[in-house]
Amino acid sequence: MTVTIYIPGDSGALALGADKVAKAIELEVVARGIDARIVRNGSRGLYWLEPMVEVATDTGRVAYGPVSAKDVPSLFDAGLVDGGQHKLSLGNPEEIPFLAKQTRLTFARCGIIDPVSLDDYEAHGGLTGLRNAVKMAPADIVKQVTDSGLRGRGGAGFPTGIKWKTVLDTAAEQKYIVCNADEGDSATFSDRMIMEGDPFVLIEGMAIAGLATGATKGYVYLRSEYPHAIAVMNKAVRVARSAGVLGKSVLGASQGFDIEIRSGAGAYVCGEETSLLNSLEGKRGVVRAKPPLPAIQGLFGKPTVINNVISLASVPIVMDKGADYYRDFGMGRSRGTIPIQIAGNVRHGGLFEVAFGLSLGEIIDEIGGGTATGRPVKAVQVGGPLGAYFPRALFDTPFDYEEFAKRDGLIGHAGITVFDDSADMLKMARFAMEFCAIESCGKCTPCRIGSTRGVETLDKVAQGIEPEKNLALVSDLCNTMKFGSLCALGGFTPYPVVSALTHFPEDFRPVPVAQAAE
Amino acid sequence: MSLQPASTEFAARAKSVIDEYKGLEGPLLPILHGLQEEFGYVPGESVPIIAETLNLSRAEVHGVITFYHDYRSHPAGRHALKVCRAEACQSMGGDAIAAQLIQALGIGFHETAADNSVTLEPVFCLGMCACAPAAMLDGEPIGRIDAEKIEEIVAEVRS
Repeated sequence: MTVTIYIPGDSGALALGADKVAKAIELEVVARGIDARIVRNGSRGLYWLEPMVEVATDTGRVAYGPVSAKDVPSLFDAGLVDGGQHKLSLGNPEEIPFLAKQTRLTFARCGIIDPVSLDDYEAHGGLTGLRNAVKMAPADIVKQVTDSGLRGRGGAGFPTGIKWKTVLDTAAEQKYIVCNADEGDSATFSDRMIMEGDPFVLIEGMAIAGLATGATKGYVYLRSEYPHAIAVMNKAVRVARSAGVLGKSVLGASQGFDIEIRSGAGAYVCGEETSLLNSLEGKRGVVRAKPPLPAIQGLFGKPTVINNVISLASVPIVMDKGADYYRDFGMGRSRGTIPIQIAGNVRHGGLFEVAFGLSLGEIIDEIGGGTATGRPVKAVQVGGPLGAYFPRALFDTPFDYEEFAKRDGLIGHAGITVFDDSADMLKMARFAMEFCAIESCGKCTPCRIGSTRGVETLDKVAQGIEPEKNLALVSDLCNTMKFGSLCALGGFTPYPVVSALTHFPEDFRPVPVAQAAE
Repeated sequence: MSLQPASTEFAARAKSVIDEYKGLEGPLLPILHGLQEEFGYVPGESVPIIAETLNLSRAEVHGVITFYHDYRSHPAGRHALKVCRAEACQSMGGDAIAAQLIQALGIGFHETAADNSVTLEPVFCLGMCACAPAAMLDGEPIGRIDAEKIEEIVAEVRS
């Protein structure tokens, strides 16, 4: 009997040597004359165990990790093909607490199936949502998505169904579905993981959006920093096209839908939706003023649904299991599940999909297991480079859009960076301003000039030059940027700066000896 | 030796890339990516050809090229090393790793080694934030960079 061995092809696993492991396994398989099929699956998202190799046995999957190439011969000696015991044995991966505690709806198949096998995808429940949608009227699809309570997972949290309704209600000869896969926030990698590990779920979500709104063309704007995701998505689109999921007719529907993958070019600001649209049109990625909303005048001036990868990838489960099923997870106005990405200086870093409502402390201490260095957690930044730094005192905050907003924070794209007590918060605040200066599109003054002045002023604070006066200036500048910027880049850069100042004032006190010590 | 044949050859190469993508909706970024793939950078001489084909002004094309960090105005070295400078990598000592790489390679960010072996570029997030600090060498990701991996990177680019 052919044994199936899974070795992740996910970029994170590759970064930890998965290709070398795969080569070593291929060599052993040949040398030992084993009848084996090797599948390059996505990652389950347990990055401290990557590369995590799995074998399909009669009693289910058995995992080993973290595997390095030099472990491979001993793994085969220990009977890897039958799930034999080895010092790297992890047993049934589903029973690893980090996975067992999750509610995987969007990521149900990620790390399990062969990413580019449509048969695998269907065998694990794929395409059911799209098949349901094909039989429904557009307005009913939109209603089901609206009723699910799904909100934009890119960070803004705008109800997905409402966006779709506007596009549906706007008459036009051509409409577009644009997927924002410009995942530039540090600590976030859920888009990358799903595109590399289960690309068909995104394609299915986009096709459903097309049927729901009357859009026939979809674009995935995928950042160039993700070459592997680009390759997998291109391959998956070709497979979907030849299987009739995409093309002149979506699974026999009267309407067609096709998708093109477009590569970004290294501009962070293009994650902002209007800037992304300009970039897709071949222009500088400069932010547009709203209104007009992209739903009314978007790509090439046509009505456009622009949604984040995870928003679109969460649609198939809504159309498969129903709006109530999805809505019953979560708390308050944050419904469904959220793939939390635990990153940075953390022991158990990875992707944790769960219903909204877990407290920040549970996520960091219990699930993440504290810092990787073993030192105390000093701060966590939630929501990427534009998110606030929270101290331990705020660890009781539930993971929910509104609860974070109440404490002057944001969940953004749900990435969390953990810092130990060696972090210098003045340096982090300066970095936020510096990053904004590098990435500002230049359209509005508070962001373009404010960020540079912010770096200079914080440098003065660091040098002990009139610190009180300069910190007051920084606060004032943050206010101007927050209320005077056109988009979230300039508007949210104050979050990390002000939160660092508020929660870690001791790091902003002048250290006069620092200069002398140089 | 006349420059004429070379520039004709250049124009033909550039034109064939441009022609491949010009039929797309919003073709400029795909064209620029294609040119960088073909030449290793976006040559200034290609600007008028793009402008004419797409009915844009040269200034507009120049504006787009210079807006995006990806497009190089000069050829890169034989290897391109992108080192992540974002927060998650910083939290795991990314600054020290970057400093060590700079020292080991003898070049700063945005610079190419004198022997043309490698170009060092900063990048803000490679999506490998749970295996920081991270870098990418010629499109291949490298995670949890430590002294040993720095040695491997240096050996690879010098080989």
